[in-house]
Amino acid sequence: MNTVNLLILVCTVYVALLFLVAFVAERSAMRGRGRWLRSPMVYTLSLSIYCTAWTFYGAVGYAARSGLEYITIYLGPTIVMIGWWWVLRKLVRVGRAQRVTSIADLISARFGKSNLLAVGVTILAVVGTTPYIALQLQSVTLSFASFADAVGQPGPGDGARASTALWVAMGLALFTVLFGTRNLDANERHHGVVMAIAVEAVVKLVALLAVGVFVVWGLSGGVNETLARIDASKIGNWQMDGGRWAALTFLSAAACLCLPRMFQVMVVENADEAHLRTASWAFPGYLLLMSLFVVPIAVMGLERLPEGANPDLFVLTLPLAEGQTALAIFSFLGGFSSATSMVIVAALALATMVSNHMVMPLWLRWTGGRASVSGDVRHVVLLSRRISIAGVVALGYVYYRTTGGGAALASIGLVSFAGVAQVLPVMIGGLYWRGATRLGALAGLSVGFGLWGYALFLPSLGGGIMPQDILANGPLGIAWLRPQALFGIEGLDPLVHAVLWSLLLNALTFFTVSLATFPTPLERLQGAQFVNVLNQAGSARSWSAGAAQAEDLMVMAQRILGAPEAQAFFEQEAERQSGRAVRPGALPEPNPDFLQRLERELSGSVGAATAHAMVAQIVGGASVSVRELLAVADETAQMIEYSDRLEAQSKELAATAAKLREANDKLTRLSVQKDAFLSQISHELRTPMTSIRAFSEILRDTADVSPEEQRKYSSIIHDESVRLTRLLDDLLDLSVLENGQVNLNIRQGDLREALDKAVSAAAAEGDAGLRVLREDAAAPIRLETDFDRLGQVFINLIANARKYCDAAAPELRITTRPLSDGQVQVDFVDNGSGIPLEARDLIFEKFARASPQRAGGAGLGLSICRQIMERLGGAVDYLPSERNAHFRVTLPATAAAARPARGKPKLTN
Amino acid sequence: MSDRPRHLFVERQTYRRRRLQDAARFLPVLGIVLMMVPLLWSEGAEGVTMSGAVIYLFLIWAALVAAAMVLSLYLRDDRSEPEDSPPESRREAGR
Repeated sequence: MNTVNLLILVCTVYVALLFLVAFVAERSAMRGRGRWLRSPMVYTLSLSIYCTAWTFYGAVGYAARSGLEYITIYLGPTIVMIGWWWVLRKLVRVGRAQRVTSIADLISARFGKSNLLAVGVTILAVVGTTPYIALQLQSVTLSFASFADAVGQPGPGDGARASTALWVAMGLALFTVLFGTRNLDANERHHGVVMAIAVEAVVKLVALLAVGVFVVWGLSGGVNETLARIDASKIGNWQMDGGRWAALTFLSAAACLCLPRMFQVMVVENADEAHLRTASWAFPGYLLLMSLFVVPIAVMGLERLPEGANPDLFVLTLPLAEGQTALAIFSFLGGFSSATSMVIVAALALATMVSNHMVMPLWLRWTGGRASVSGDVRHVVLLSRRISIAGVVALGYVYYRTTGGGAALASIGLVSFAGVAQVLPVMIGGLYWRGATRLGALAGLSVGFGLWGYALFLPSLGGGIMPQDILANGPLGIAWLRPQALFGIEGLDPLVHAVLWSLLLNALTFFTVSLATFPTPLERLQGAQFVNVLNQAGSARSWSAGAAQAEDLMVMAQRILGAPEAQAFFEQEAERQSGRAVRPGALPEPNPDFLQRLERELSGSVGAATAHAMVAQIVGGASVSVRELLAVADETAQMIEYSDRLEAQSKELAATAAKLREANDKLTRLSVQKDAFLSQISHELRTPMTSIRAFSEILRDTADVSPEEQRKYSSIIHDESVRLTRLLDDLLDLSVLENGQVNLNIRQGDLREALDKAVSAAAAEGDAGLRVLREDAAAPIRLETDFDRLGQVFINLIANARKYCDAAAPELRITTRPLSDGQVQVDFVDNGSGIPLEARDLIFEKFARASPQRAGGAGLGLSICRQIMERLGGAVDYLPSERNAHFRVTLPATAAAARPARGKPKLTN
Repeated sequence: MSDRPRHLFVERQTYRRRRLQDAARFLPVLGIVLMMVPLLWSEGAEGVTMSGAVIYLFLIWAALVAAAMVLSLYLRDDRSEPEDSPPESRREAGR
């Protein structure tokens, strides 16, 4: 078997092993036996994806070219890690509290869940990472090719070289899809992937150490000899560009925080914050070991290998040249591990961002948000993430093929670092400064991204993408806009120059625009959550925490109580606390007293338990997400609105029911009255009929009736017949009036005369116990109406007064008065006690009698009066009065002024 | 929280813990300063040798790792202790 085939075999076995490790890890995590998967050491090792093939191979090449400068790439992360108490602790806490899924998600969540920002960061990450993925593919291809060259076996042949990259890319995409999108874990944790990259971390460290040990003790003969060789080599003297030293340290520190793949393993995959404590020293230690033998290998490579050898591949070619094939294969595996682990995590991180912030929003828009079933979305998210992974890896491959894998790629590492470092000002500002706004972040990122592209990325691509003319003279010949000498400052290293200007102007724009703009409520709330995340979790509470909570409470209270009410309540509380009037919008300090009152106020709307839970969540710092809290508040607001509507409806129903009950009562009373009337009328008819029958029988059957008795009996019969006739007349009259078949005899006449007639007629009918007083209008009132009918009404009213007035000396006062609108008013007021309240709405109904115990008639009089007055175009009403019975007759003076007659009598008055 | 006066002095144990946190905050500053020392070195043939630079950098690197390890052992569970108010008053404030 030739060596190249052996290498291919070993690689295949190694890849199969990685699949197996990932599979076993997933299985045990699924069965809940995955505690060992989440040890601090695994976390630390997973951080090692910071060391890519670029650092595995490239560090030695870097050292061979520029001495110790390579070490800055490791010093930056070292400082970030040992300084975990400053930034990382907060970053990881925020990431866990807010359930962040990527760095784009973090920035978006901080600035009010702005998807625009997330898309911006995603584009930045894709642009910065794609060349880096291409670089990894290149390193695998290159190392494979040089391995084949060195052992003198062409292996698969030149044509197949390019396909190496394709096979690797496809394998990586498959692995990432398999283990990166197995499930939609709420916290975006991927046990299989993390475990595999931890194994790869061990492999690449041991491989590099093995080569180093071989070089120092096998080739050089010991530590002292190695040091002597270092001093004797061409990099033996200290040479350093100070600007680059500082800038690169800073850049690598920034990249450690901002690289999407670093963020993925450091924040998203973090299972326990305590792991960070271990990683704070273990990861710098790992980096130290990774870089320990870089200089000896570089020096030995320069010494032993021929002049034209590529220093980037010394790690591989040095053992090969010394005949150590096994070591070389191991070293190849180390480089392979570095490349693959980077591509896997980068593809996973980028795919999460692309899928969450670009594909899903677009999909939801296209489908019009139909996806309300959760399983539906879940499936689509997984699919979109899988496609995104394939897309990201494919993008890297296409980039590798189009750039031809030339030297331009080699410098892309630092360019990429500088690109993702543009997120740093916004991220740090968002974590520590509550005044940072969405617009500020957008402006800062745009400026930084633009300057980075203009001054570093485009020139670094070479190959005519940025014309030479612009590089030398600036666009349109404007010298101070030259990409590598902005504002006329020349002589700086292009990288330092671009980093300086882009980050400086990025931060400045971010700061200035943030100062000038005003954040939305959600931004302010999120800002408070981010900046105070350490306090919320239960440690010290500073004065700023108080202000933050008051603001959070305010937002919550507004959602539940409504904006004006909540503002009024908070202002009132602020006044109570300060003891004087406060400016509008002032917030009270959330002391227990205020919280208790707020809770009471809220519990009126949502119930005590919920109110307590909500206040406690803000004040007590339970790590519930703001989105959830706001969702609860919205739901509550809807519930309140709904219950308000229900309340209004039930009030309406109650009112209708009361009306119905009233009507029913009235009908019942009418029915009782009618029954009473029927029995009354039977009685009324029966009494005269009995006497008529009795006296007519006497007259028929008795022979000797004296003429005197005869006359007496027949007059009784006559009187009783008259009574019967009158009763029947009344009934007929009413029936005729109600059916509208009455013929009116309209003529001209004087009101006074009509009243005179009525008074005398009424007086003729009964005893003269009632005194009638007249108060007529000064001028005689001329009327055009049916005087017979009108007289009937007057007589009835006077007769009523006589019958029912219960005063000792009964009096009736009749007043006439012409009205301005052509109407005439006649008032009948007696000095009796009036009609009882409960009987007032019935007296005008048929069969109604105010007081049955004084049953003088059949109860048809007033009913007939009302019917007559309606026919005449007027009205008769009872005026409620304290002491007296007061009837008022209103009628038009002329037929023309008559009101339109009402149709049927209404049920209610 | 606000209606009670803050404690002016804390227990000895809490005091120690806070100084440890200060040390953790100070360590990266120290690291940056030490890492930037090479900027002061003279260059060229008569300057610092490469082996000297390597030894210096890796020694301070190892020292920083060791210091961070010691600190991390003492900074176990930073959440259990409040920094400036006794636990019971904090719990009250949360009501």
